[in-house]
This record gives sequence, C-alpha cells and structure tokens, in this order.
Amino acid sequence: MTTLLHCALLALTAAPGKPSFLMPREASTVAGEVDHLFYLVLGISAFFFLLVVGIMLYFVIRYRYREGVAAEKTATHNTALEVTWTVIPLTLALVIFAYGFKGFIDIVTPPANAYEVLVTAQKWSWQFTYPNGYVDKDLHVPVNRPVRLVMQSQDVIHSLYVPAFRIKRDVVPGRYNKAWFQATTPGEYQLFCAEYCGTGHSTMLAKVIVHRPGGFDTWLADASNLLKTMSPVDAGRHLYTVRGCAQCHSIDGSGKTGPTFKGFFGHKVVLSTGQAITADEDYVRESILDPQAKVVAGFEPVMPTFQGRLTNEDITSIIQYLKSLSAGPKGGGGK
Amino acid sequence: MTSVNPPPPGEGAAAALAVGGDSYLSHAKGLRSWIFTLDHKRIGVMYLVAVLTSFFLGGVFALLVRTELWTPGRTIVSADTYNKLFTLHGAVMIFLVLIPSIPATIGNFVLPLMLGAKDVALPRLNLASFHLYVVGAVFLLAAILTGGVDTGWTFYTPYSVTTGTSVILTTLGAFILGFSSIFTGLNFIVTLHKMRPKGMSWFRMPLLLWSLYATAIIQVLATPVLGITLLLLVAERTLGIGIFNPALGGDPLLFQHFFWFYSHPAVYIMILPAMGIESELISVFSRKHIFGYNFIAYSSIAIAVFGFLVWGHHMFVSGQSGLANMIFSLLTFSVAIPSAVKVFNWLATMYKGSIRFDTPMLYALAFIFLFAIGGLTGLFLGALATDVHLHDTYFVVAHFHYTMFGGTVIAFLGGLHYWWPKFFGRRYSERWGKIAALLVFVGFNLTFFTQFVMGSHGMPRRYYNYLPQFTPYHQASTIGSYILALGFFVMAGYLAHSLIKGERAPANPWGAATLEWRTSSPPPYYNFEHEMTAGDPYDLDTVRFVSRAEGWVPATEGAGS
Repeated sequence: MTTLLHCALLALTAAPGKPSFLMPREASTVAGEVDHLFYLVLGISAFFFLLVVGIMLYFVIRYRYREGVAAEKTATHNTALEVTWTVIPLTLALVIFAYGFKGFIDIVTPPANAYEVLVTAQKWSWQFTYPNGYVDKDLHVPVNRPVRLVMQSQDVIHSLYVPAFRIKRDVVPGRYNKAWFQATTPGEYQLFCAEYCGTGHSTMLAKVIVHRPGGFDTWLADASNLLKTMSPVDAGRHLYTVRGCAQCHSIDGSGKTGPTFKGFFGHKVVLSTGQAITADEDYVRESILDPQAKVVAGFEPVMPTFQGRLTNEDITSIIQYLKSLSAGPKGGGGK
Repeated sequence: MTSVNPPPPGEGAAAALAVGGDSYLSHAKGLRSWIFTLDHKRIGVMYLVAVLTSFFLGGVFALLVRTELWTPGRTIVSADTYNKLFTLHGAVMIFLVLIPSIPATIGNFVLPLMLGAKDVALPRLNLASFHLYVVGAVFLLAAILTGGVDTGWTFYTPYSVTTGTSVILTTLGAFILGFSSIFTGLNFIVTLHKMRPKGMSWFRMPLLLWSLYATAIIQVLATPVLGITLLLLVAERTLGIGIFNPALGGDPLLFQHFFWFYSHPAVYIMILPAMGIESELISVFSRKHIFGYNFIAYSSIAIAVFGFLVWGHHMFVSGQSGLANMIFSLLTFSVAIPSAVKVFNWLATMYKGSIRFDTPMLYALAFIFLFAIGGLTGLFLGALATDVHLHDTYFVVAHFHYTMFGGTVIAFLGGLHYWWPKFFGRRYSERWGKIAALLVFVGFNLTFFTQFVMGSHGMPRRYYNYLPQFTPYHQASTIGSYILALGFFVMAGYLAHSLIKGERAPANPWGAATLEWRTSSPPPYYNFEHEMTAGDPYDLDTVRFVSRAEGWVPATEGAGS
C-alpha cells in the first residue's frame, strides 16, 4: 500500500534543480533521499488523514440525529480490532523511523576526501575561511565535490541552514559542530541562520555559490589576490588582521609575544645573536618564511612559518603595510 | 491589571445567577469570599477568568506578530520589539494559558463533581496553587512592563545569559507558575486515589479523570526539573557561575537537555486533558458508550510514560550524538501510537450513534480534524532525515500550533461550552456558538496551514525579515489570524450575554451519565445533597430526556446505582 502511495506521490517530486510541490529545489546529493522520505511520509499522512476525516464525515452524516431514531447498541470494545489499529500504525512508524535514520546517517557522514572550509558564526554574520587562509562572507564551493564545514561560534548559538541542500546544523559556542554536503548543480543558493540569535537574526544570511567544474579554483586564486581590489597597504593591513599576525605583533608599540610593528621597518634591530641589522624588505620576507633564522633579542623563537601559506603578493603587501607603520603620522614611505 | 486580580463575575451577575435556591455563586458575597475561598468551584472560576485574560493578552501579542509579518522588513515595529512580542506570546500562552488551561479551570471545577465529592482532597493547597499562579503572572507582567524579554519562550543559553532584557523576572515567574502547576497535580493525584465514590473503581472513572491523572503525574515529576533549570539560569546570570555559558566553562546543550526534559512532557500536560474532554464529548453527543475504554485509559498512561523519554527530538541538529538521535527518534515514534489509538476509538464510538451538532460537539469534531493534522505532521519531524530540513522552520511552528491550538485550545473551548451551563447555570446562544466555532476553524486553518508550506520551502522561524518569495504565505496567514480573532470576539460577546441574560440551564442539559450532571446547575456550595454512587459513566441509557427546561433525568429512580 505504501509503495502505491509512494509512486502516486512521486509525481509531485519535480526534476532536480527545480522546486517541487512542497520542497525547494534539490541541489545536493542527499536532497533526493530527504525528499523521497518527505513525500513518502506525506503519502502515509494524507492516507490516514483522509481515512480519519472521511470516516468521521461519513458517520456524522449517516448517523446524524433524527427524530425518533435512537442510537444503536454496538460492542463497546473489540480487542482484535483495537490491536489491529495499534499494530498497523506502529509498523508504518517503524518504517518511517528506519528511512529517517538511514537518511540522517548519509546527511552527517562526510566522505574522507572532503574539502574543508572553516565556518565562524557571530552576531550577525558568517565568515568562511578557506584552506589558503582567504576569508569570505559567502560560501563558495566546487560542484560535485564533498565539502566539510567545521563550525564555531564567537558568541551565542547559531545554525547553518541551506534549504536547497537539506542540511542544517547548529553552531554552538565552545565546541566544533560539523556539517557536510556535495552540491550537484552550479548556481546560487540561500544560506540562513536558523537558531534565534537576537536583533539581526533574520538578516544573518549568506549565499552559497556553487562553481562550475574548474571554476572554484580560479575563483579562489582570484579572490585571494587582494591586490586586485585594494592598495598594497590595505591588503597588508587585511592580512595582518585575518592571518594571525595581530595575535603576537602590536601596532601601537605595546609588548606582545613578538616585537611591535610600530616603527619597526627600516630601523636597526638587535638579534638574539647580538648582531644588529636593519629591518628591511629581505629581513621581513625571511622572517615570514623562516622565522627562526634571525630572532629579535628578547623574544622566544616561537613563530610558525608561513611558507606556502602566504603568496609573494601577500608578503609584499605585508611589507608595504609595515612600511606605513614606520612612516610619519601620514604615511609617505621612504619614497 | 485584570489578570493579576481576577474579579469575580460581579456582584450583580452572581446574584442574577443564583437560580432559585443556594448555589456556590450566591453562597457568600464580597471580594474576600472569592479571593480566600476554599471552594474548588470558585477557584475553578477564578482560574477561568485569569486564564481567559491571559489568553486575551497572548492573543494580542500574536496579532501584533502577524501584523508585523504582513511585509518583509518593518511593518509596524522594530526587530527588537518583534523579538519581544513573539517571546511574550510564547511565554504567556505556554505558562499562563496552556499548562493550567484545562486542569486548573475545568479540572478544578469538574473533577470533584465527577467523583460526587464535596471538594478536592487538599482545598488549601488548591487555593495556594491559584495564589501562586497570580504571583507568577505578576512577575511575568512586571517583566513585560520593565522592557520585556527577547529570548524566545525557550530561554536558550548562552543568549539568555547575555541579553540585556528582563530574563530574571520572566524565569522567576515561570518558576513560581511551576509550583502552582505541581500543587494542582499533587491535589488531583491524592483526590483520585482517596475520594472516588462507591462503585467507581479505577476502570469506571470517566476518561477525563484518567487523563487528568496522567497529566498530574507529569506535572509532579517533570516540573521540578524546569524549576531547577531556571534557578541555575538565574544563578549563572547573577553570580557568574559557569553552568550553561561556555565563556564561563559551561555547556549550552546541557541547558537544552534540562529544558526539554520538562518542556517535552509539558506538551502532554497540555494535550492529555484535551483528549480526556474529547472522550466525554464524543460519547455524549453520539449517544454511544465510549468504544475501547481500557485502550483509551491505558494510552493516557502510555503517553505520560513515553513522553518522558523523547525530549532529545528537539535537539536533532544541535550536535548531540548520532546514537542519541537514533534512540530519541525511535522513542518519538512510539509515543505517536497511543494518540492514534485514541483517534480510532473516538471514531468507533460514533459508529451507529445518534449524533447531535451542539457547539461542544462541533469543537470535538474540529479537534479530530486538526489534531490529526498536528499529529501526522509530527511524523515528518520525528524522522531524522526530514527533521534536519524542517527543524526551526515554520513547519514546526505550524505543527505545534495544530497540536496546541488545534488540540488543546479547541478541546478547551469544547469543554468550556459543554460545562458552561454547569459553571453558571445558563445556556448560551447555540446559533452564535456555531458561527464562532466556524470562524475559529476557518481562521485557524488559514493562519497555520500556510505555515506548513512556508516551512517546507525553507522559511526559518523567529524571523523579523523574510525573503519576498514568502510574502503571499505570510499575508494569507495574517488574514487568517484576523478571522480567528473575530471568532473569539463573537464568542466573548455571546458568553457575556449568557452570563447576564442566558436561558436557565437544567441540571443535565446534554444527557450525560457522569455524576457532575446529577446536581443542579450551578451546583450548590456542598455539591451534592446525598452521598453519590457511581455506575458506568458511559451508560447513557441511565438518563432520559424530559424537556428543554428540565433536561435529562435519571431513567428510573436509583438508575446507575
């Protein structure tokens, strides 16, 4: 019976990429399975609803009060009947449970080769960090490749929800929650915050942009090249903030784990070996790529290398930014 | 405010209601005779006034929410105000209306009468319950007047420990209301154990009493957990102890576990009494013995027990383990079965009956229609794969309104119309009763069915702003809410008219066989003149119709004994 219903209702399921009767368009590998179950449950529900309301309407019309016609005495219980209408719904419920559980396992189990993107949620915006360190406010992904999201929250609970992918996962402060999906159709999709988080909850939106084959790598290289859209000094300032420099190097002269960048570039520094050198372009470049080569006196050799994590353009931008911090109040540089 | 100090129905009204001789309404006069009464009937009436006042307040919040959602972006209020409005709507409707709705009003009034008893076992505790309710309501009102609260009725941490709104007043209000609920539950348990009359074994109790008994067990066992949780929340906010806030070393999911450990069973506190009323109405208005009494009675207990084991289905996407999700999903489906069994039993009761469409029966039929939708849409949410998509969307909002409004409120209205003549000794206008029932039914479906469609298409809940594609659904929903409000406006009109000018009601206007109909309407202060003996509560042959003025009377002297 359920199979028949299912077939009838399958007609309601639209072709992939278009919204169906009750669901948004399907754009991930799990969406089809979820919709399959959705319409199966809809079929079962519609059947029982029509059964119950149909019987009810038939009875209230057929057995409505009539002058002089009394209610007929019927059995006040029938164990066989009652067991039947307990067992049939129970069986169907267990079938729905099993499909639901299987689908859930698929939704939460990422393949081993998934591309990883870090997600940071905060009131009221999303940040997506790519393996090369680039950060975007929208989620760009390649088509037909599993993507795994490792998510953390800076403040309260948020929830990442992409209806077209049929995925949703809370982003909880103090722990990493993970989600994954594999987009099947290039295009632009809506991403919502689904856990109430205050004033801007309903505007905490982002886009998921699914790139055509090959398009994602080009986009990422392009987007990561900050110099296309900003001056080298601005690009350097951006990298200083988002790539972690700021955690150890102040720009106001105060002491942190590493030397301050205020008035650093172009001045003499004493190294741990006692040698004094001028902090020029080559010294900064060497310190980024091989931080332990020449450590400034008084600091521990704890800085990690950025070899392979910053491009030549990135390093140049950072150098330009450091220069601006050594120039007068209005940066004019050495030029 | 009226919700704080529910006035008695007025001196004049009370006097007018005294039909002939002495009744509980005319037994004593003055405000003090109400506020400090130990009479379960007066406490029931005061609860009724308080709950209806709260319902009006919560309804106004709901209409403001729906009006704001007429357009995306700002329609009438700011985002912060909107967030407070939906929070207050939820908090008022859950804690001040739905939890006490049936047990504290109809239950308080009817339960001792159904037992042929003078009162509940612990009348002072009963009065304390009402006084606590008023104190709790004052706290909620104070929270509203001191700027409101914007956490959602669920108070999720860490949002609730960081927001600047009146969280402490609200949670203390809910804490106090919890004790009010526990007192009612405790009282009912003791009363049902100790005060059943001769002839009323456990399996000869009216099914409303079985459902109130199951409800009382949940109230007594689950509510303390809410109390403790809310106190911990207050401690975290005021003393900075890290329990739920990760910034202090706490775990926000722990709060959700604690909260839903109460709040899921709480939905059965709301729906079980509604099912009890349904059993009474379907039997009486079909002139048929209830079908499958034992299955219905056992299913109430089964719902109460299983209801404790399914709270984790509110947390399927929170990050709780896959194993926990699997177990909670399985148990959730198990709790669906007893509800389905009840529906089939009600249908079977109507078979070959002689069905009348008095206003209470219209609500009973609407209940089956709406609760079927509410229950069946629960299957989508209990199944893990579909819940991931539907969680925290309007689909959930529609689902719980179909169960809580379509179920609890509709059954409450059915019960209110059914026992109204017993409460006040007056009939109301049947014609206007039917018109209001139709408006409520149409308005409700228009308001909430559209929300299923919105939700499955991905509209998240608690959204001030929304994508333009959802505008038609939101506008249909808002229009529905106005029709619903019109239905209640009509209802308020004819019920008020009934209080003052309504036709006198006989002791037993509907032809029911339960004991509350064996005393006058309204009942005298002492309820019954003689000790009562109970028979089969659904043997409707024990009464026969005389006339509209005299109603139904025992078929033979001593019938049912």
